[in-house]
Amino acid sequence: MDTKQLLIEYTLHLADNALILGHRNSEWTGHGPVLEQDIAISNIALDLIGQARNFYQYAAVLSGDGKTEDDFAYHRDSTDFRNCLLVEQPNGDWAQTIIKQFFFSSYQYFFFSRLQQINDQTFAAIAAKSIKEVAYHVRWCSEWVIRLGDGTEESHNRIKTALENNWKFTGELLCPASYEKELSQLGMSVDLFDLQAAFEKKIEEVLSEATLPIPVGKNMIYGGKNGEHSEHLGSLLTEMQFLQRANPGCEW
Amino acid sequence: MSGDLLSNKQEWPLWEVFIRSRQGLDHKHVGSLHATDAAMAIENARDVYTRRMEGVSIWVIESKNIHASNPDDAGSFYDPAHDKVYRHPTFYDLPDELKHM
Repeated sequence: MDTKQLLIEYTLHLADNALILGHRNSEWTGHGPVLEQDIAISNIALDLIGQARNFYQYAAVLSGDGKTEDDFAYHRDSTDFRNCLLVEQPNGDWAQTIIKQFFFSSYQYFFFSRLQQINDQTFAAIAAKSIKEVAYHVRWCSEWVIRLGDGTEESHNRIKTALENNWKFTGELLCPASYEKELSQLGMSVDLFDLQAAFEKKIEEVLSEATLPIPVGKNMIYGGKNGEHSEHLGSLLTEMQFLQRANPGCEW
Repeated sequence: MSGDLLSNKQEWPLWEVFIRSRQGLDHKHVGSLHATDAAMAIENARDVYTRRMEGVSIWVIESKNIHASNPDDAGSFYDPAHDKVYRHPTFYDLPDELKHM
């Protein structure tokens, strides 16, 4: 694969992460536990979809063959998506939603702080804009992890279950796919190894304040970054892409 | 949104939200919301009331801590001021540069 192809693959990976979690969060709109949190999670959904659009637009420019952001979002199949497995997991209860967002936002925060330093003006600009949004996401979901963990017996049990069920997806966030490895050797992508210490420290701090034990001895699951997804992505895409698939190119 | 919550005794307390829209202006009352404590109330206010760039600063206060005058007292409270125009500082010439007086 030439460098341009690698860069497109990488950009799509970043876009897909944001789009899929953004879509998951948007599933809460109108269904949030209370009005204020319904709006909060919908705001985060919009931030993520905005980030996704920025990356898709860059991928469209890079590919230079007339593709648009919509082609990437609505006209690719599940095996073409490069998002991590974490973000496609179902929302489950509020605790599961929070823990997914907490892992992802923590990763994204340290990721964007590095992406700002990459010698690529578009990446740097997207990262500079996004990191402010993500700083708030981290704050918001850390608060919730602590509230639920250090809350009632039921809330503690729910967030503990969510933590244990989703821990196996955290490894993939910091494990580079082949396109990331090749680009990072050229200095064109973030070296995920650089994030590891800060990411782990953040997770440990928040979990400890939430009186939650860090899961140990669990095997990690990988594959999403290479297009090997769980069945959950398929059903998500069926719903998300329906309109454009049924009426290609429609606008309103 | 769960309808049960509204009739539930464990309903989150109500907070009043005040937003300063620009530096130099006062905080203005913008509405209310539910939250379990002050920290959550500020975050909720950020999400509910500043998503269209309305603010640079947020105050919240639990609604139960606000004490209001009684509308029935309006007569004795406000009417006596009607015929006392001399209380208005209208006899001074203000410089044009002075705004918000």
